[in-house]
Amino acid sequence: MPETRMLLKNAEDPRLRTLDGYKGYGGYASLEKAYREMEADEVLKELEDSGLRGRGGAGFAMGKKASFLPRGEMNKYLCCNADESEPGAFKDRELMQRNPHQLIEGIAIAALAAGAGHAFIFIRGEYDSQADILDAAVAEAYEAGYLGRDICGSRCDLELVVHRGAGAYICGEETALLDALEGKRGNPRLKPPFPAVQGLYGGPTLINNVETLSNVPHIVRNGAEWFKGFGTEQSPGTKVVSVSGCVRRPGNYEVELGTPTRELIMDLAGGPREGREVKAFYPGGSSSPVLKAEEGLDLPYSFEAMAEAGSMLGSGSIIVADDQVSIPHMALRTARFYHHESCGKCTPCREGTNWTVKMLERVVRGEATPMDLDIVASVQENIIGHCLCVLGDSMAMPVGAMVRKFRDEFEDVIAAASEGEPAVAERIAVAQGAAETLGAAT
Amino acid sequence: MTELPVDKALVEGRVPDRSPEQIPELHEVGCPDELRERIETLMGRYPDRKSASIPALWAVQRLYGWCTPEGIRQAAAVMRVTPAYLESVASFYDLLHTSPVGTHKVAVCTNISCWMRGGDELLEAFRAAAGEDDQFFVTGFECLGACDIAPMASIDERYFGPLEAAEARTAIEQLRAGSEVLPEKALEKRPLPGGPDA
Repeated sequence: MPETRMLLKNAEDPRLRTLDGYKGYGGYASLEKAYREMEADEVLKELEDSGLRGRGGAGFAMGKKASFLPRGEMNKYLCCNADESEPGAFKDRELMQRNPHQLIEGIAIAALAAGAGHAFIFIRGEYDSQADILDAAVAEAYEAGYLGRDICGSRCDLELVVHRGAGAYICGEETALLDALEGKRGNPRLKPPFPAVQGLYGGPTLINNVETLSNVPHIVRNGAEWFKGFGTEQSPGTKVVSVSGCVRRPGNYEVELGTPTRELIMDLAGGPREGREVKAFYPGGSSSPVLKAEEGLDLPYSFEAMAEAGSMLGSGSIIVADDQVSIPHMALRTARFYHHESCGKCTPCREGTNWTVKMLERVVRGEATPMDLDIVASVQENIIGHCLCVLGDSMAMPVGAMVRKFRDEFEDVIAAASEGEPAVAERIAVAQGAAETLGAAT
Repeated sequence: MTELPVDKALVEGRVPDRSPEQIPELHEVGCPDELRERIETLMGRYPDRKSASIPALWAVQRLYGWCTPEGIRQAAAVMRVTPAYLESVASFYDLLHTSPVGTHKVAVCTNISCWMRGGDELLEAFRAAAGEDDQFFVTGFECLGACDIAPMASIDERYFGPLEAAEARTAIEQLRAGSEVLPEKALEKRPLPGGPDA
């Protein structure tokens, strides 16, 4: 099955990055329509009716989120979350790099719906060339009158600032993003109050992912009913899916939500290398509980199907592990990431990620006993639901799932490593060598 | 019964040997005009000037190579915040360096997708190629958001991949010679994996 390109349409054309190129494909017509002909409430209703769900990870209905902002004249803000840092996710990078104006148009329309006069794109600091592309595109949009004062004669103003982060996964968490944008360390805030009520600078704030906002011009141009013609009832629209790991053609593929996962992995991404088999995969980035090939490959790729299978669609990033990948080592690699990125503000996450890493290191060194696996599992259970934000849960869910579903393999690795089996010993050397990464808070 | 040690501060009261850190005055810090103007422009972009702290630290790092204590004091004087405040921000983020680093920065991704395809070996190859040369700052890094070109590296803030371990030496030599790095492996040149629109 071929891709269904909406967001990535014409993305191969380098002129799409420029205002003229984008307008050549009909760009900014939705913005003109929204600002000239529509009331803010009409735009909001269209977004709510479309059923567009957030593409950043949580999958919350975008229109509904926007409707939570209080009405009336006050300082309201819109933040575009472009801090894509989830292992396995690289779709926002593609969208910003190839089609920055689609995002800017989406932001301007969403800001109209939410009544926001200030918008920010919070882009991760590592995406330096993408930030340059956005800077250039924003300057062009100001020049053309699509940003700034009195947009298209509507008497509505919008200031848009591209704000570069400086390297911290936690800033993708919406309240940590707000703190980072306010010039502080990126620590998550206690919720409630939710950002829609009290967000940036204490004002009502709408926060949406790059891909979510990139959908907005298409919905306004073609209508909510048209949009619902793609995807499934509960997951309308297309999804740019990042497929990576042990596949022959890793990359971003845009498909209708509900497309069989097998087609994404085996057909579009080419499946595993000759003679190998898919063992397991993360369906929605490293935070999602891994699915075994037999339980996951035949599921439709949608929010509801993944949730039903005990995992999640998350940011829409599939990482494939073939039969050569050691699941205990993958668990350790996953845990180390969250340990490094934990901001250290709350205890279950700070201590839980630390001890999980230590215990998994003992597993791969052969110093653990099968009983320790029960302790690993119980630590995960004690993290889930007990943290200020979902970073701790994001480690606990996949690691917990790996220990539960591949317990035999963990026990085999413990046994083999304690007997000094060379293949395992070699992998341990690799695992130990990787400990040195740049240190953040913890 | 043995006497417990007495906390002098409780008995005698605290006598701070100096007052708490103040916001430095501009004339005390010798801030280059170029940096001052840059930070002032940045502050003007936001409803609250403190939002400019990360961009200001980027500006300091661009000028001095890393966030030097002097540079942080200069930015603090312009922003009217304490240097400690900016240090607390700088120390949180992986890309802001509070100790000296080489002029060429190589970050090799060692996260899940790159690890599966040889990220650790690539990091070792870069370390070996750079050796003791302190103009290079080679480090392992968490997911850089380019799993499609795994294993990959960010070299002076631009992405390259998929890289063979042998290409690490080529890249380091090109950096030493000041020539273009691995032009055929630049992310920007990569087409969509699914080809042009159907």
